[in-house]
Amino acid sequence: MYDFDYHKPSSVADAVKLLSADPDARAISGGQTLLPALKHRLNRPTYLVDLSGIAELKGVKREGDKVTVGALTRHIEVQNSPEVKSAIPALAHMAAVIGDIQVRNRGTIGGSVANNDPAADYPSAVLGLGATVVTDKRRIAADDFFQGMFTTALEPGELLTAIEFPIPEKAGYAKMRNPASRYVMVGVFVAKTKGGVRVVVNGAGPGVFRQTEMEQALSANWSPDAVAGIKQASEGLNSDIHGSAEYRAHLVTVMAKRAVADAG
Amino acid sequence: MPQVTLTVNGKNSTVEVEGRTLLVELLREKLRLTGTHVGCDTSQCGACVVHVDGESVKACTLLAVQVDGCQVLTIEGLAAADGTLHPMQEAFREYHALQCGFCTPGMVMSAIDLVHKHPEGMSEREIREGLEGNLCRCTGYHNIVKAIAAAQDVMHGKRSELARAAE
Repeated sequence: MYDFDYHKPSSVADAVKLLSADPDARAISGGQTLLPALKHRLNRPTYLVDLSGIAELKGVKREGDKVTVGALTRHIEVQNSPEVKSAIPALAHMAAVIGDIQVRNRGTIGGSVANNDPAADYPSAVLGLGATVVTDKRRIAADDFFQGMFTTALEPGELLTAIEFPIPEKAGYAKMRNPASRYVMVGVFVAKTKGGVRVVVNGAGPGVFRQTEMEQALSANWSPDAVAGIKQASEGLNSDIHGSAEYRAHLVTVMAKRAVADAG
Repeated sequence: MPQVTLTVNGKNSTVEVEGRTLLVELLREKLRLTGTHVGCDTSQCGACVVHVDGESVKACTLLAVQVDGCQVLTIEGLAAADGTLHPMQEAFREYHALQCGFCTPGMVMSAIDLVHKHPEGMSEREIREGLEGNLCRCTGYHNIVKAIAAAQDVMHGKRSELARAAE
């Protein structure tokens, strides 16, 4: 790992000031993705801005028909949050199956969403629930936020501060993990929301995407059988030593069925 | 160079580190607490698990500067001053839950956090799933799982003494 300087601001304003001052500065929250990347020298930040001292970025709130999760909220806290468990059990379930306990004790929702790793779990819940990504400057609809592998609508120096999840009628998440690395091979998040049915695939392609054919089928008939016959095209999906694009395409249907069956 | 002030196994330390110094490097190289092991250095194997403010973390995937002001507990801090082992250590001994011992410090630290997080008690399956972040290449996990099942009864006060392993 290359060496770097380290700052720990205690407010969003100070963090943004530090991040805006130098294009090679990086924010760190739990660090469960960033530190492995730094060890591989994939990044050479001049300094890290540790967000963990910013109290206003932490915690879960339920207000009316939405649940707001602060960016610094750790996976273990989402997993155990009474608000999340009662309003959006699929989101609590998703948090509970990220990485292992040690990763969940450190990793945060804001870090996962801002990083937008193709194998990350949270982006499919954010897009699947039609959530709103809140930053220090603006509010961004999930549909505009994710822009492909490791790419989001966030501008340099812009800080993700919270995510607002509308409470769905029903939602479910199922994933197939790589047996060795335990990263997602294919995950599918399904949700029946006020705005209609959403089906989102993560892990299979370079970024999260909506499976519109399955959305239409589930709108007409919310049951695992409705998606059982729908085949995902393999063009554009990831193909690597862990699985071919055809295998991942096949898994999309299997995971979609399971997600609908488990939806609550 | 940044300074880090932390409490390790009840003792206060102030140490000079680099920004990039990992917690596990601070523990092993600066404080000479070599019970915490480095297996993979890629947050997969769990040999480096310690507790920070009561929760298990992988010390290879945490910067020393991130634990400034924190309470750190390592395998060296588990036994009582008179040498009495922690119930989890005692259970690992009783159930022969190790062969080469390399993964053991991390296993024990993870197991204790796991038991704390499940005051209702865990089934064998829950224990196995809870050990997702710890790899053992010798034992096949069976005796580790048995040891944790026995230790949780003592830690939760359901038994005053560890259930003995079958002959």
